[in-house]
Amino acid sequence: MTELPTRFGPYGGRYVPETVIGALDELEDAFSEHSEDPTFQAELEGLLGAYVGRPTPLYLAKRLGERYGIERLYFKREDLCHTGAHKINNALGQVLLARRMEKRRVIAETGAGQHGVATATAAALLGMECCVYMGRLDMERQRLNVVRMRMLGAEVRAVDSGTSTLKDATSEAIRDWVTNVRDTHYVIGSAVGPAPYPEVVARFQSVIGSEAREQMLAEEGRLPGSVVACVGGGSNAIGIFRGFMDDADVELVGVEAAGHGLATGEHGAPLAAGSPGVLHGSLSYLLQDSEGQVAEPHSISAGLDYPGVGPEHSYLRDSGRVRYTNATDAEALEAFKVCSETEGIIPALETSHALAAIGREGARLAGPVLVCMSGRGDKDVDQAGAAMGLDV
Amino acid sequence: MSDGAERLERAFADVGRPLFVPYVMGGYPDIPSSRAQAAVLARHADILELGIPFSDPLADGPTIQAAGQRSLEAGTRPEDVLEIAAGLRDGPPVVLMTYVNTILAAGERTFFEHAAQAGVAGVIIPDLPVDEARQVRDAAGRAGVATVALAAPTTDESRMAAIGRAAEGFLYCVSVAGVTGGEVAVGDELKDFLNRARRYVHVPLVVGFGIRTPEQAAQIGEIADGVVIASQLIRLYDEAPGPEDAERALEEFASSIVSALAGVPA
Repeated sequence: MTELPTRFGPYGGRYVPETVIGALDELEDAFSEHSEDPTFQAELEGLLGAYVGRPTPLYLAKRLGERYGIERLYFKREDLCHTGAHKINNALGQVLLARRMEKRRVIAETGAGQHGVATATAAALLGMECCVYMGRLDMERQRLNVVRMRMLGAEVRAVDSGTSTLKDATSEAIRDWVTNVRDTHYVIGSAVGPAPYPEVVARFQSVIGSEAREQMLAEEGRLPGSVVACVGGGSNAIGIFRGFMDDADVELVGVEAAGHGLATGEHGAPLAAGSPGVLHGSLSYLLQDSEGQVAEPHSISAGLDYPGVGPEHSYLRDSGRVRYTNATDAEALEAFKVCSETEGIIPALETSHALAAIGREGARLAGPVLVCMSGRGDKDVDQAGAAMGLDV
Repeated sequence: MSDGAERLERAFADVGRPLFVPYVMGGYPDIPSSRAQAAVLARHADILELGIPFSDPLADGPTIQAAGQRSLEAGTRPEDVLEIAAGLRDGPPVVLMTYVNTILAAGERTFFEHAAQAGVAGVIIPDLPVDEARQVRDAAGRAGVATVALAAPTTDESRMAAIGRAAEGFLYCVSVAGVTGGEVAVGDELKDFLNRARRYVHVPLVVGFGIRTPEQAAQIGEIADGVVIASQLIRLYDEAPGPEDAERALEEFASSIVSALAGVPA
């Protein structure tokens, strides 16, 4: 069996209560064993094809490219995945693993609700009990996804601590896991958390990058000049980046949430404005005060409203392999609008941050430009519509 | 052995009954009140556990979470909690309960030097399992502070052996898979867990999480070397109509626990 990395440079590790260390070992063993097992692979690939709708298309976005001054702009259409975002790639993989580990129950945290919906969906498909933790503020701003999860048979538990957002939902999910670890698998939704989660999630999401690489070669006869993705915890980004990590000529660009602007302190950009610290089980860049108290982040997009980031991104930041930039709430909303109007594709507010960065940099980005269209914006219509002054 | 570990282990040798280890959240509901609570409890405690509030306490249930949150809102800083510890120098040994990020943010060396200056004997870090602890443990050891390891009912034999090699002062045995503030069940699972710990760990065993009553303390006293009581003390404090009533309630409860532990057959 191959051993999974526990650290990316100095980042990562397992900073969790002793109670769950055994479960992390069990997950590591199960992942190593089953990821090399043809039966498991066939089951996962079968579902990714017939159920999720993979491979997702590579789409040449001509009108938005023109608008942004980019000659060849491609979207990797994760928004067309079943349930509306890349999150299902990881949720299905993990829930399949949970069944192999003979767990009867899965739990998840969710911010935008996409990971919660994906986990509830996988749990419904595989006949497992599902409980999703969600901050009360996020339940309000992503109401549609709350209803969807309940329709899928999941229990949605409101979290009222902290700012009632993703950070607090994650803490509460970990507490549930510590308590019910014997029969419950915690389906972490991003490439964060204690080892081996960041690696497990990255591997399940790397299907995005490996497909996109082949598709670019088939379509363009060459690799992209730049690959751009939004970064909250960073799972869609790490998934697409992994397809190009060893291609030194491909610039990888991660886009964090600058919220009201980095200078205001109200943002979700730990790689730009944080420092290394421990949150939710791993050492990584973190928004925190001088005493190590975790700061409350802000982003218009619930999925990027998080003070931490996956440990591999911290490593890639320091090594310089990935360039990290950011986009404000206002820039993301503008990109949301422009993409909807020029392409007839309503992007998720998370994804809109990646689009905003592309719009800002335009022709300065090496082409062809490949952006991970990580999710669709149906869930955001209330919030974005109100911000755009539409009658919703 | 660090000076702190020696002081902790001596506490077990001196008392001749299972130890009472009460917990106080530093700065809850404010610094003067927590100092007063600590002073009351120190009169009955064999070791006193003092919490540094943290914004994201993964191992804590609602009671300690809320107390920590309130303490942070009152402006409590780690240095304030160390000052409370320093004021308890003449009492039982003080062990800090803190999450690892608090230590990393201060810098390991600085944190433990300040802790040692405040007379702290040991530190419990619930999100720092033994495999990740070396650097912190070394820094603590250089300052003379013991790093108290934790074990859980889910800890298997090979991990218990590794924990045994690192343990100093005492071993904090988490009574149930779960967070603080639940309700302990003294049954076969706990007994098996403590037996497993005894085989591999050669420091005293202290059981915490979910202990609410003198009866439970006595039951645990029969199979362990000490009991930690935390959330229940906060609940008692919260239920009292005023600060003086609260201190009286803590005093009475602490003395009932000590009596219960004194009745445990040696």
